[in-house]
Amino acid sequence: MTKSIDRPQSASRRSALKTLGAAGAAATLPLWARYTNAQTAEPIRIGFQKHVTGIGAAYGRWYDRTSQAAVAKINAEGGINGRMIELVTEDDGTDPKRGAEVLEKFANQSNCDVAFGTLFSHVVIGSAPRAGELKLPYFVVSEGHHVASGMLNRWTLQPGITDVKSQVQAMAPFVSNNLGKKVTMIFPDFAFGHDHRDYFSKAIEAQGGQVLEMIAIPPTETSFTKYFPKIPRDTEVIYHVMVGPAVLTFVKEMGEFFGPSRPEIFGFIDSLEAVDLSSPGLDFLEGTYFWEGMPRYLQPDAADYVKSYRDAVGVDENGASTEDAKDVSTAAHMFGCWETLHIIKAGMEASGYSGPGDRQALVEAVEAMTDMPAGIEHPQGAKVFNGKTHQVFGSQYISQVEGGKLIVKHTASIEDTLYPDEVDYTTQSF
Amino acid sequence: MSRSLILHLGLIAVLFALNFVLPPYAHGNIARVMTLAVYAIGYNIAFGYTGLLSLGHAMFFAAGMYGAGLLLRFTDMGALPAYAAGLAAGGALALAVGLLALRTAGVSFMIVTLMFSQAVYLAILYFGEWTRGDEGFVIASADRMIAGVDLAAPQARYLVAWGLFSVALMFLLWLVRRPSGRVFVAIRENEDRARLLGYDTFRLKLLSLVISGVISAASGAAYAILFGYAGASFAGVQYSIFPMLWVLLGGAGTVIGPFLGTLFMFYLIDLSSGLTDAYMLIAGVALIGLTLFAPQGIAGEIRRRFWKDLP
Repeated sequence: MTKSIDRPQSASRRSALKTLGAAGAAATLPLWARYTNAQTAEPIRIGFQKHVTGIGAAYGRWYDRTSQAAVAKINAEGGINGRMIELVTEDDGTDPKRGAEVLEKFANQSNCDVAFGTLFSHVVIGSAPRAGELKLPYFVVSEGHHVASGMLNRWTLQPGITDVKSQVQAMAPFVSNNLGKKVTMIFPDFAFGHDHRDYFSKAIEAQGGQVLEMIAIPPTETSFTKYFPKIPRDTEVIYHVMVGPAVLTFVKEMGEFFGPSRPEIFGFIDSLEAVDLSSPGLDFLEGTYFWEGMPRYLQPDAADYVKSYRDAVGVDENGASTEDAKDVSTAAHMFGCWETLHIIKAGMEASGYSGPGDRQALVEAVEAMTDMPAGIEHPQGAKVFNGKTHQVFGSQYISQVEGGKLIVKHTASIEDTLYPDEVDYTTQSF
Repeated sequence: MSRSLILHLGLIAVLFALNFVLPPYAHGNIARVMTLAVYAIGYNIAFGYTGLLSLGHAMFFAAGMYGAGLLLRFTDMGALPAYAAGLAAGGALALAVGLLALRTAGVSFMIVTLMFSQAVYLAILYFGEWTRGDEGFVIASADRMIAGVDLAAPQARYLVAWGLFSVALMFLLWLVRRPSGRVFVAIRENEDRARLLGYDTFRLKLLSLVISGVISAASGAAYAILFGYAGASFAGVQYSIFPMLWVLLGGAGTVIGPFLGTLFMFYLIDLSSGLTDAYMLIAGVALIGLTLFAPQGIAGEIRRRFWKDLP
């Protein structure tokens, strides 16, 4: 136990030194770059709607680190159209009302060119109408299906992270072929859980499987023992997506309920983002499977651009901060900030963006994007952007807990994630 | 014209004039503050004037928001009828809750209203198929029109918020100066004595709560239509605490206090968040300071020091 804690710390110290050295060298670049450009152009201002406080704070902290790293990289490489970029950060309190106010602040007070970076769906949905009214390009990193469902507007795009509908449906082939066909779903009884319930149950049936039982857990629940007896005895796979602080209790009580003879278990890492897998009670997860947007642990076959991305953000091989091995990242989501900032750069360069008057051209340039090859701009993997639905599609990872670490066992293809268009935003006027 | 009438009409006139001079960000903010100040005015009738300390007013705000929002989402009835339905939903809920909750008083009333409000919040999550639960839903711009006027346009939004606020403010001023308003205060000060004088205090408290619920719903429905979003977070417990905070800061039992409190709180958060990530600390210290040095709130302090008959 002690060893497993010691090892990552010494590793993180080494990689911290490396990162510090690299960061020190890189830090000098923006200085001269800024100097050469300062006289010719104002910086491009990107309003970062950050969850500093409220339920999304852990995500906000890592979204911030990833975004700062991406901005430092882009600026070190000369910025966008010769202009540096600057993040203008505002706390939205993970609250839709404050989120809308923050967008107004970006557009009307801080003179931001675009807004970016929101994760929680209710903040996105509360803010997006204002983005449309203010005609402010709004790049969300939310994984909600709200963009592709057609609920939002032409000014709101999600080009840097896949949506929950595509993620969930891409899991069904693996689950039914490798884990079992009789599934019991356990999910929180609110919109996030309902999305999983609706999309996965359809997808698993399309694979010849069936959902035996759907167990919805009220959001106020703190103990779960009374729900486990509802799991049918012939269940082959448990699919769980519990989120929030109660997840540790949930896993512990599930372990106590099943003991050594459990069915296969598949979950979404959303439950355990920013949570150390060596936390007490989580040992029951050994051998179970998780969806990951991007692997938390550095995989043995990781490409160099993945390592460069992780070094730039300051993530060690266990997915924790290089400065604090207990500070576990939100690896499965935060790459979306990095990729989105690179897409904003690509869109601004393609449209010759020079100021707020070109915002419409920027949206049109992003809508025209299609293939996004894997590389340092897209370290999570190759993606295909659908300009009509404003939603990107990409590979999904399925990992198994082995020795307390998540090891990738399967990569779902982009084709597995596709579904018919539900909207064509390009037909809407600006 | 009395001094108090001049004060309140003056506030309305100033807010109208601000429509033409405010820079865009402040223009949007004041529109939002006026909309939410209506909620605080509603809360003030129950708490500030009648002494009904509710911890569940978010359910009335949400009743207005969803009463209007769901109709706009699923029908083509238009913004005005949907708005009226939002008010009716708030009034009906306040009547039902009042009939039960007003059997209690004091701390029990707080707890019962909190429980009812949580039940409404959980119901919104439970019926996620229609309400989209915690995510909420967007109210389409096409549904946010009244007589061809687009309420999403800054000028129209501001003027509608101003009109609503003006009506609520003048209604409260009228209410507290007429006999029934004075009986509300009598109930707040000493319910037993009011009953002894022959007033049916249960009926009057119910009336106060229903008026309060309708006005809170008016704010919730207006927020949905003006800002295009309805979501369960507005039914959460923090949105029951906000109006209490706004009213306490501005001055409970004053007509102008709810607006001052809402404005103060908005800018306290907005400005301090520009200084530090720990802005809640600044907000907390400011609130403690205000509680220590002006326990009756801003308008309450003005009444205590300078203007004894400020309504």
